[in-house]
Amino acid sequence: MKRYLLARAGFALVSLVLLSVTIFAFVRLTGDPAVLLTEPGASPEDLVLIRQQFGLDRPLWVQYGSFVAHLARGDFGQSFYYRTDVLDLYLSRLPASLLLAAVAMAFSLVIGIPTGVIAAVRVNGWWDSAGKIFALLGLSLPSFWVGLLLILFFSVFLGWLPSSGSGSLLHVLMPAFALGWYFAAAHMRLTRSSMLEVLGSEYVKLARLKGLPEALVIAKHALKNALIPVLTLAGINLVLMVNVAVVVETVFAWPGVGRLLYEGITARDFPIVQATVLLGGAMIVVVNFLVDVLYAVIDPRIRYDR
Amino acid sequence: MTGRALASRAAGLTVAWRLAAFRTGGFPLLPTLILVTLALVAIFADALAPWDPELGSLGDRFLPPAWQARGSLEHLLGTDHLGRDVFSRLVFGARVSLVVGFTAVIVAGVLGTALGILSGYLGGWVDQVIMRVTDTWLALPALTFAIFLAAIVGPSESNIVIILAAVYWTRYARVIRGEVLSLKERDFVRLAIVAGCSKRAIMRRHILPNVLNSAIVLGTLMLGVVVVAEASLSFLGVGVPPPKPAWGLMLADGKKGLMAGYWWLTVLPGTCIMLLVLSANLLGDWLRVKLDPQLRQL
Amino acid sequence: MSLLEVRHLATHYVSARGARVTRAVDDVSLDLDQGQTLGVVGESGSGKTTLALSLLRLLPPAARIVGGEVRFEGEDLLAKPDAEMRRIRGKRIAMILQDPMASLNPLFTIGDQVAEPLRVHEGTPRRGAWVRAGELLRAVRIAAPEARLREYPHQLSGGMRQRIVGAIAISCEPRLLIADEPTTSLDLTIQAQYLNLLRELQRAHDLALIFITHNLGIVARMCDRVAVMYAGRLVEAGPVGRIFDAPAHPYTRALLESIPRFGDGRERLTAIDGQPPDPASLPPGCAFHPRCPRAVDRCRAEAPPEAAVADGQVARCWLAGGAPSA
Repeated sequence: MKRYLLARAGFALVSLVLLSVTIFAFVRLTGDPAVLLTEPGASPEDLVLIRQQFGLDRPLWVQYGSFVAHLARGDFGQSFYYRTDVLDLYLSRLPASLLLAAVAMAFSLVIGIPTGVIAAVRVNGWWDSAGKIFALLGLSLPSFWVGLLLILFFSVFLGWLPSSGSGSLLHVLMPAFALGWYFAAAHMRLTRSSMLEVLGSEYVKLARLKGLPEALVIAKHALKNALIPVLTLAGINLVLMVNVAVVVETVFAWPGVGRLLYEGITARDFPIVQATVLLGGAMIVVVNFLVDVLYAVIDPRIRYDR
Repeated sequence: MTGRALASRAAGLTVAWRLAAFRTGGFPLLPTLILVTLALVAIFADALAPWDPELGSLGDRFLPPAWQARGSLEHLLGTDHLGRDVFSRLVFGARVSLVVGFTAVIVAGVLGTALGILSGYLGGWVDQVIMRVTDTWLALPALTFAIFLAAIVGPSESNIVIILAAVYWTRYARVIRGEVLSLKERDFVRLAIVAGCSKRAIMRRHILPNVLNSAIVLGTLMLGVVVVAEASLSFLGVGVPPPKPAWGLMLADGKKGLMAGYWWLTVLPGTCIMLLVLSANLLGDWLRVKLDPQLRQL
Repeated sequence: MSLLEVRHLATHYVSARGARVTRAVDDVSLDLDQGQTLGVVGESGSGKTTLALSLLRLLPPAARIVGGEVRFEGEDLLAKPDAEMRRIRGKRIAMILQDPMASLNPLFTIGDQVAEPLRVHEGTPRRGAWVRAGELLRAVRIAAPEARLREYPHQLSGGMRQRIVGAIAISCEPRLLIADEPTTSLDLTIQAQYLNLLRELQRAHDLALIFITHNLGIVARMCDRVAVMYAGRLVEAGPVGRIFDAPAHPYTRALLESIPRFGDGRERLTAIDGQPPDPASLPPGCAFHPRCPRAVDRCRAEAPPEAAVADGQVARCWLAGGAPSA
């Protein structure tokens, strides 16, 4: 197991480096970085100052070095608008996004997994066809449109739920549903196909030959094996949710990092944009690694492999 | 099998059959018709739209669709917050969405396929470099990456196409590379090598035609993804810039009237997006099964 | 009365739209007594596994038993409700599958999987079942059984895994054990040991054994009776000695001749011409006629019925003579 984990850790490290290089490259290569790194409406003298301050006339690799050095110190720049460290800003908004993602993930698993299991167990039946349609809709309806429709229906027409803000449980329901919608469909599809594969396996056949009740065969023998890929995907999707929630958070004015990104774009506050992308990507790499660790713990084949 | 099980299976099959478009067995007639209709609408937008999509009269703001109380037949689907005709904007919006979508898909496809072929066939450090880059890009969520790029280069219709292509080419590269790797082992490629064909000739004449199927299927599936991405970007304000009638922009504008109950500004553009994406997905699914059952992993 | 009486069993696979019907098992009848071993021989696709799964009524959704009777200890298994069949499986009739690595669930310990039938069928509490599992492992000659209980399938060798599958099968003292090619995926050196183990277990528990294989050598060693299947039909059946000495059906004869023997004097190996037919589109008449060196016109037109050619031996061949059995 140790060797496996070391390999995954190395891979994660390389990904982080590549991420920073990519972001760095794009900022430097496209247009005049000084314009981006300055507040909108800056004068030409300001631009010169910025160039000096960021060393934009120095060789690229020197710039990259200082870039990484800053990142390592936790210095992701300062927001023009808020005038505080962007990292602090990001971290202060992160809990809200995590909360939203957690609820959305709960939605998607609670809806997705049982639906997928039933679709597999009653394959080609009514439930399976309904599931296929659900999966299709999940993939085809943009999450922010779902959010808008929910507002229309539950806030405007029915008046049951608040349409923005984040005070209470009621506030999180609609955004979580809109966010989780796509993932519910994805999780359902994966559960279904994974379950089908497992149900056709020899050990499930043997379990039936042992005369075990079908419920036990499915719940014990089939499910645990089938869920491995699903939970892996869910772990990765959780962080993905935090990142793609930008539109849903904007629709519902949910105070998370997605909304922060939106503010950054509309106010042309580039440090926020850059930091959000960097931190978001880094989170994904880290979570992928953690999922690998979890995998090693759950699957005895990896755990006991010297 | 018991009679009851047989009966329920038969019932399931019949219900599913009725939803003809959703059956992966038969040709998806409805989705293809929808796509063709949308394409025609986009092409003949000038003739179809009764009003200029970008000009509105403030006196006619927020008119509901014709069948509702305050609506009028002049504005079949109502007007938006600037008094612009919704139907006309939808029609021209089809053009914007389809042009952006198609172009981005084709550019991403060409780029991704080319790099995938190079990466898969040449192997070695070319492969390593391209794969590392692809992995990194794939690790970043597409939307975040696109927003980042849009923040750098600024929003415009052509920029959006470039950005979307830049974000999504990696999907193609990954898949095509996999195909090429298995094609490399096939006899007809080996024969060509033995016969002394240059690498470029082999890639062009033998590899490329064989991966075209996958590229086409992937392209159809990606169309939906790209359209949604463009809509999301426009919704956030970093996509197609106003006053162009992109559906995503219409949704953003529609949000302004949402709390007041002006539902048509949200429901109608979204329905258009949904129809386009659904149809593209269904067609792509059917193509995938039809052209090569081995493409299941897509 | 025999332990197992199968009469005119027929199992068909129906493709999704009902277009193709594959007669995987067609009019098969056989008998088996307590303590006897029946070998079922045939090429892949001959329907041997489908036959076994039909007896246990564990067919995939596309398959259906369309006719016949399966009497086990006097009861008709085909008429039983699912709940009762479940109680029979694993307890009164057990089965061993071909690939032991795939048969064991990789995520659960050996102990858990061996103890499971005991807990489900006999209600043995956890600790007791665990102890019994250890005893069962010892009975199948696994060293240090207690330690093995806590291990996972991938940590053991193929031979050990197959023994464990055997232990699972006998755990509830079944009357009938069906072994579907249990040694095919084992190393040659392990095969012999495993067959000895099966014989021991059979004698110790007075088991009836159905041994499905394509290997006639195993049949000669292990079985009292043999049934030869071709294209879903039983083409010959009878006591092993009689069949090996005087096979009545050309297919059986060809199978026996294709076994290379030392001191044979023959220079070339004999193989049977042609390929086994596609089960979904069988030739008319006798299914073997395209490959049969002695086929006559009648063989091409009409499928021969099962006929008794000697005492206890039946065959489906126009040229074998004999009186048609009931």
